Amino acid sequence: MRDPAPRAALRVTGLRKAYQDVVAVNGLDLEVCAGECFGLLGPNGAGKTTTVEICEGLTAPDSGEVELLGMHWNSDAKQLRQRLGIQLQDTQLSEKLTVFETLRLFRSFFEQGPGAAEAIALVQLEEKKNSRVGNLSGGQKQRLALACALVGDPDFLFLDEPTTGLDPQARRQLWELIEQFKSSGRTILLTTHYMDEAQRLCERVAIMDNGKQIALGSPGELIASTCAEHMVAFSAGANAPALDVPALRRIEGVRDVRSENGTVEMQVTELHLAVPALLAELARQCIPLTELSTHSATLEDVFVALTGRHLRDD
Amino acid sequence: MSETAAIPDARARAAERKAPRGKSFADHALVQLTIVRFRETLREPEALFWIFAFPILLAAGLGIAFRNRPAEVLKIATVTPALTQSLEREKLLAVEQLVPHAAEEALRTGKVALLVLAGSNGSVVYRYDDTNPEGRTARMLADRAVQQTAGRVDPVSTNEVLMREPGSRYIDFLIPGLLGMNLMGSAIWGMGFTVVDARRKKLLKRLIATPMPKPYFLLSYVFSRILMLVAEVGIVLGFGAWIFHVPVRGSLLDLALVCLLGSLAFSALGLLLASRAKTIEAASGLMNAVMLPMWIASGVFFSAQRFPDVVQPLIKALPLTAAIDALRANMLQGASLVQLAPQMAVLGAWLLVCFVLALRLFRWR
Repeated sequence: MRDPAPRAALRVTGLRKAYQDVVAVNGLDLEVCAGECFGLLGPNGAGKTTTVEICEGLTAPDSGEVELLGMHWNSDAKQLRQRLGIQLQDTQLSEKLTVFETLRLFRSFFEQGPGAAEAIALVQLEEKKNSRVGNLSGGQKQRLALACALVGDPDFLFLDEPTTGLDPQARRQLWELIEQFKSSGRTILLTTHYMDEAQRLCERVAIMDNGKQIALGSPGELIASTCAEHMVAFSAGANAPALDVPALRRIEGVRDVRSENGTVEMQVTELHLAVPALLAELARQCIPLTELSTHSATLEDVFVALTGRHLRDD
Repeated sequence: MSETAAIPDARARAAERKAPRGKSFADHALVQLTIVRFRETLREPEALFWIFAFPILLAAGLGIAFRNRPAEVLKIATVTPALTQSLEREKLLAVEQLVPHAAEEALRTGKVALLVLAGSNGSVVYRYDDTNPEGRTARMLADRAVQQTAGRVDPVSTNEVLMREPGSRYIDFLIPGLLGMNLMGSAIWGMGFTVVDARRKKLLKRLIATPMPKPYFLLSYVFSRILMLVAEVGIVLGFGAWIFHVPVRGSLLDLALVCLLGSLAFSALGLLLASRAKTIEAASGLMNAVMLPMWIASGVFFSAQRFPDVVQPLIKALPLTAAIDALRANMLQGASLVQLAPQMAVLGAWLLVCFVLALRLFRWR
């Protein structure tokens, strides 16, 4: 008999999927543990959505294996569908229906799970219960989409870019909801190109680029292994003399220096030593500062360190 | 962060999964899908207009335009007092005496249907356009008046019985035609637009990501179509019967079966047209291209018999021709279902072929 809840809730091996002219997923291996929130990170076009849709059984891979909750799409599709909660990227639910009617419809497909009213309460849409979907705000629509994914009381929740296009407040509200569900033992696979989202919600993340996984680990581990703790960024005035970059690299505690569009970014281990030394060095080179900022390293910095590109080139 | 929070074992969650509870009838997936379909249609004011108000407005307009009137008095012109006098014997002619060039002008511009002139040796000349029915009628009436004035006596005496009963008027011909057109339009548009719109919005993809049994989705369309059908057919027939006394001489059950089969055949055609299209524009182009020939050729407004014999088999094979022929035969001639077998066979064939093809071609995304 199949173990209903193996340690790995999702195991993907050697996944490959090519469309006419692009290879969307190019030999991907993934393992998502039961009960964790796993983040699939990467820029647009990295292959995240294709990967997720293959895992969801909506797209057939060219090659590779997907084992989900100990089951396989070609033999156990019916049972699997009952146990998955799925939120697709930009689905538009029927605008003529109310929130309650929509959830009642979705609930009718599942054998068990919370009722429509209960699901509405889960995502805090009680006030909008009888509103038409067409009259909801972007954040409310996303919460409704989340509720549609939850009406089957899923063991495994797929969230494909759940907060894309939302304003900061709506995003934070959605994060709080997702955090609540995490604590109920569900496994979540989340894709995002927002690094702060992954950092806040995910126990582990895999960074994808060009259809491949380029890094894997907890957000903390990834930051520690690829960059220093702090980032210092500064820009000089337009008329400043050329910067002596090697001199900057020699400053104690500086791990790396990158220059882009007139802004210089430095990875720094000991901020309190590096910043005064940097200021002294810039003064020596007679370079006026127009901007100086520091922040703790983020997954965004990890991505830049790994690929030399920013995650969101928009 | 929740690394510290106790995560309940997924095994425990799995154990919690109970055997599925019995669901109420209203919460059955098929019932919910059907209700939702029905609601969506009712909440679309434009769709309601095309389904319910449009055929009634059309029937009312055409019914008034083509209503049976007492025979019209035809205008003719002469240029001599003698002819005017003799032609005035005929009650159905309005004779106007004009100067020659004004008379020519009146004929040319269609103000009069016929110009009667005196020829040489006491003969009479009729000038008229023989392709114009009014001109031909006026000529016959004028000739009768001229001959009778000159002393002709008809050898056979005649009597006239006028027939203006329901069942043989244009409106009686029109209502079944409009009903057929409505069955086609609402089924194809209702099916086509909503399916394509749901595909465009990725709603179809979202639905197949749930455990929804796929056939339920299509069945829900069929069931909501049948619900709408009752209202659609009822309104058009009721309007025809109430305002114009259009008869239904055949069995109502047979009529219902014809409507049902027709609507299903058109729905299957609509589904086929919508099976691949990704945009509303593409779908509506396809739907219009398919429906336009039928609006023209299938005898909605005038008899399909007017087309050349060569294309008759083709026209008879169109689903709208079959539906309208069957509706007219039932309503006007009281034909039984057995007599409608050829039309029902055509509709059945369209249903089967379109449905099978649509299932093969259908894309959920």
